[in-house]
Amino acid sequence: MVKELERAGLPTAHVCTIVPISQTVGANRIVPAVAIPHPLGDPTLSREQEKEKRLNIVEKALKAVQTQIDEQTIFE
Amino acid sequence: MGKFRVVHYINQFFGQIGGEEKADIPPQDKEGPIGPGMAFKMALGDEAEIVGTVICGDSYYNEKKDVAKNEVLERIKKYNPDLVIAGPAFNAGRYGMACGSVCKAVIEELSIPAVTAMYPENPGVEVFKKNAYILETAASAAGMRSAVPNMAKFALKLLKGEKIGTPKEEGYIPRGIRKNIFVEETGAKRAVNMLVKKLNGEPFETEYPMPVFDRVEPAPAVEDISKATIALVTSGGIVPKGNPDHIEASSASKFGRYDLENIEYLTPEDFETAHGGYDPTYANEDPNRVLPVDALRDLEKQKAIGKLHRYYYATVGNGTAVADAKKYAENIAKELIADGVQAVILTST
Repeated sequence: MVKELERAGLPTAHVCTIVPISQTVGANRIVPAVAIPHPLGDPTLSREQEKEKRLNIVEKALKAVQTQIDEQTIFE
Repeated sequence: MGKFRVVHYINQFFGQIGGEEKADIPPQDKEGPIGPGMAFKMALGDEAEIVGTVICGDSYYNEKKDVAKNEVLERIKKYNPDLVIAGPAFNAGRYGMACGSVCKAVIEELSIPAVTAMYPENPGVEVFKKNAYILETAASAAGMRSAVPNMAKFALKLLKGEKIGTPKEEGYIPRGIRKNIFVEETGAKRAVNMLVKKLNGEPFETEYPMPVFDRVEPAPAVEDISKATIALVTSGGIVPKGNPDHIEASSASKFGRYDLENIEYLTPEDFETAHGGYDPTYANEDPNRVLPVDALRDLEKQKAIGKLHRYYYATVGNGTAVADAKKYAENIAKELIADGVQAVILTST
């Protein structure tokens, strides 16, 4: 799906936990996530800390769509 | 001579420990066969026996990567096996990734053969087909009955050091390895024969299939994010409570488009996940953990982005056919572009 969105000209950040799958499928802008059942959250943290973690990942995703790239890039 | 020693790797489900709620269990091992291992025991007959079974949760293996791999490897080593069988994983993505990774590690680090099996669209195939023999199976565990004898037969061949034939003869997924062979006719003659068949519209088999690299040119970056409209898309199955479009828990036949107007964050009262391929507890407790509406609203208020697009799109990425996912995304892209969206954040579970 990520690839089709990019093909259509929309820069797309793929936030996902299993990065090797995203790489093999061919996503261009990859942002590693926390865990499979909660990619943008962490139930072991307090609500505030969790929100901060989520904001941090979303900010990386925004950075990914603002970055001019020539090849597949992982935004750690 | 004694029997060959085989270790079987399976996930928490086939290991009879539990479903998605147990997908995060660390590796454990038990002597002898368990679950599908019983069928392997029958199929391997007198020549080989399953001396131990190593079980690991699918989420644990995929989230902990090298740690999980090493833990599994240690447990496999304990049984001093001659070969490892992993799976079959069918179209279970995380399980396929784990089976592929276990086989790769066994071959490279323990220097013994390994075999797994899965459905050709399993992501484990693309990632690991070069590293291990992956036999082809049906998409679901309904294909167990034919998968087990094929795998057992193949495993015995590997154990006895017998010659492994071509992917087509043996039923494994092509690994991209070329072998020199001698044939009766010269290349020129074979090429002309192929061409004649092609011209006559008859079936023919190429000797050199071209690899398909489906890569997409990166889309140009967003220039001014503070004025841009950002859309959220997810394959994690977040839907309004009650799943109004009845998006299927696996092999989704559709996607949904849902309104976020006046929604500051997703609440468990109004949203839930329809995804059947991961433990839904955390997503149902706080759907923002999969679809980060709260974070984007914050950034919108801070004027870090222009705005969050009014609608988000969701489907369930669980055994969904690649061709279907592609079609959904093509349609989603058209709508997003028509609505003036400049960038997308797509979240996957």
